Formats: sequence, C-alpha cells, structure tokens
Amino acid sequence: MMVLRAALALAAMAIAPALFAQGSTADEIAKYRAALRDGNPAELWEVRGEALWKQKRGPKQVTLGGCDLGLGAGVVKGAYAQLPRYFADADRVMDLETRLVWCMVQLQGYTEADAKKNPFGSGNEKKSDLEALTAYITSEARGAPMKVALSHPKEVEAYRIGEKLFFFRGGTHDFACATCHGEDGKRIRLQDLPNLMTAEGAQKAYTSWPAYRVSQGELRTFEWRLYDCFRQQRFPELVFGSDAAIALTMYLARNANGAPYDGPAIKR
Amino acid sequence: MTLSSRVAIFALSAIVAGCATSVDEGEIAAKATAALKGSFRPSGQAGLDRLDQDETQRVCSAVAGKVPPKEIAAKIEQTNLATVRYPADGKLLGDWKNGEKIAQEGRGMQFSDSPGGPVGANCYACHQLSPTELSFGTIGPSLYRYGKQRGNGVDVQRYTFAKIYNSEAFTACSNMPRFGHKGILSEQQIKDLTALLLDSASPVNQ
Repeated sequence: MMVLRAALALAAMAIAPALFAQGSTADEIAKYRAALRDGNPAELWEVRGEALWKQKRGPKQVTLGGCDLGLGAGVVKGAYAQLPRYFADADRVMDLETRLVWCMVQLQGYTEADAKKNPFGSGNEKKSDLEALTAYITSEARGAPMKVALSHPKEVEAYRIGEKLFFFRGGTHDFACATCHGEDGKRIRLQDLPNLMTAEGAQKAYTSWPAYRVSQGELRTFEWRLYDCFRQQRFPELVFGSDAAIALTMYLARNANGAPYDGPAIKR
Repeated sequence: MTLSSRVAIFALSAIVAGCATSVDEGEIAAKATAALKGSFRPSGQAGLDRLDQDETQRVCSAVAGKVPPKEIAAKIEQTNLATVRYPADGKLLGDWKNGEKIAQEGRGMQFSDSPGGPVGANCYACHQLSPTELSFGTIGPSLYRYGKQRGNGVDVQRYTFAKIYNSEAFTACSNMPRFGHKGILSEQQIKDLTALLLDSASPVNQ
C-alpha cells in the first residue's frame, strides 16, 4: 500500500511543474511540498531499510536487532533524535550512519570497507543499503523532540570542533559553511538558505534530513548534504563518517534541539 | 604579499584568537584543523592543498562570521589590494556579452567539474544584475544599474576591476571570492565582467 502511494506520488510529480504558473516561486514550492507530503517516495527507502534491519545478513548471518543506537540494543524508536552521541564501546562520537557501519562490522561481520563502500545511492543502478537503513531509523524518530546531549567531554569537544569548522574558510573561493548559512533571509539564485547559526534555522534545516530529492530521484542523507555542500564550496571530497562530518553534524543537530524531528522529508 | 605584511597579519590573527578566548580555544582550533585534514580525500582537480589557509582565510575564520576589528580589517585590505594586477594594456572594459555568460556560469573548480571545462563567476548566485534574469540570489547587494549609478570613469573602472580581482582589498572578510587573486577567472574574464557592470549598452544599465 505504501509502495503504491509512493508510486502515485512519483507519477504526480511528472505533471506537477505545469501547475507552477502562478504565485511566487517560493510559495508554489511550499504548496508542492505540502501536496507531496502524504506520498513521499522516501517511504520506498524506509520499507527497504526496515527489511534490511530485520534480515540476517553478512558473514555472521545475524540481524541488526542487537545494534545499540544509543537507547539500548535494538531500540530504534526515537533514537535518531538523540544522535550524534558518544558510544563507549567505540570510544567515539558517532552519527547514525557511522553507528550503522559499526554495527554491520561488529555484529554482522562485514569489513569496514565493505560496510561503507556505497554510502550514497544513484537511482536504480546503484542502491545504497546504508541510505535505506538511515531512512528506516530516521522515520522511526518522526515527531520525537531533538535531544542531543553534550554530557560526555567528547560530545562537547565534537560540538566545539563542529562550530570551528562551520566558520572555516578555505579552497579557491574562500567559502565556509557560514558564507551561505550565517544570515537570515538570504538565498542562492531562488533557493532559500537557512541561517544555521540560529536555533530556528538549524531546527528547520536539520529536522528535514534525510529527504527525498525530487530533482535527483534519490533519498539523500545528512552525510550526503554535508558532502555536497563541500563539493560546492570547492573543497576536496568529504570522507564518509569522518571526524569533520561527525563534528559538523553534532554542531547542527545540537543547535536543532527542542524541535520535533520531522524527516524523512521531501525537497525540490 | 611581502614577508613583512604576512608576518603582521599572522600576528594580528594571533591577537584575534587570543583576546576573545582562552588557551583552551586554541586547543580546539588545533583539533579542528587536524580533524579537517584527516576528513577529506583529493578528488578530481580538488587536492588537499585547498585546506591550507592563507592569512586572510585564517583571520576571517577566527572572527567567526563577525567583522574584524578596524586595524585588522585595514591590514587585510592593504595586503589584498597589493595583489591586484591591472591589465598591462591599460584596457579595463571587455565584452559585456561574454560577461553575461560568465556571470551565469556556475561551473568550475569543483571536484565534479572537468578540469578543462568552463569556469564561471556565477555572479547571479548572489547578486541581481540584468533585470531580465529573475533567478538571482541575495547574499550580495543588487548590482542592477551599477554603472548608471556610478558612471564609467577610469577610477570606477579600476575599482570595479580590482573588486572582482580581489574583493578583500575593499571589504575585509567579504563573502565574495577573490576571482583574480585565486586564479578562478582570467584577466580577460574579469574585463568582460567589468564591462557587464559598466558598459552603457549592458542590460545591467538599462
């Protein structure tokens, strides 16, 4: 049923642009999003991710049921709203994607290289299991208030490093995250830019990832969002699950505290 | 940049980091730099050297989105102004039609861009220019009627060329890239953009 709804939504998308003739573009995009919300194709990833979570996989042929996402082994509900966090077993602050890799290695016996060799999918040709698992886990946190703790010293450190990285200017163009995301009411071309230095901006932006990107026909995770921002900043390639990726995620997730988590969403 | 001005800016950068904060803050900064260096891989035309900051980038990162103190701002502007290479032929105005294409072109220098492919300035990402282009951003000020408001004298031409060449020469820690200084655009491309802004026939000035 869910799959059927998503398929209908995809069909609706093909004709939707024709309905854009009137009103301001931003308003119309907002209406478009609202119209699609009920049949977000992200559900296709969520369903596949749930199956992957419950399936016996890897060299050890076990499920991910024993994976501790921070709220205890196998507890999925609401876990994403409290990530990133420090995990004593790994002695490291981890975001969801990094933790999933950890569980695939520790529980299912994958090599780390195998577990993270395909972090971002590309349509039907290249499906990403990590993306699907991320969609499932995040969907189980929908409505949960963001509650990222800074209780362990390594969590505090990650947050402060993330803040530093947010202002780090480099590359050929001198761009930092703050170049585009440090002021209210700005846009690139017609795309509105959230001010990630305010609670309101961070809440609105962070709680809407992962998202199904209509223009790409793909579900995109928060790790992908950072990866692609850095590409546009003219930086080299951000390594999946790297310290910088986790620190920036910690900074933005913590700044979003208090808001109900609202993903996976749908975006242009 | 001369050695003495580099030393001066470095010293100022240490003062910025030092006055606002504790030793602990310096430690976090060092850890952030280490985290950054270990978190990227070279890809396409984007090598890890892109993470090596020059003095301007370092100082402007340290002020964390705020305007730097006056004397530091003046130093940044002075050292960046010294980098501007004006055209040897003395001609500052190119072809505004090419300028419009460069202003529209968003590709160039990303690891996903082909190294021999087009490199644009993507001015419209942040500025309004020609009134017929409705898809413009607002990070920078509107440049519609830029030349009409300022005239087209040699001083205005030189300022405009230099501003595109190195924006930090006039506004320390500006959000705008230093297109000439960082080798993003060629001298001819900057001349064409200068014409887009100043030529009386350019759509920007209609």
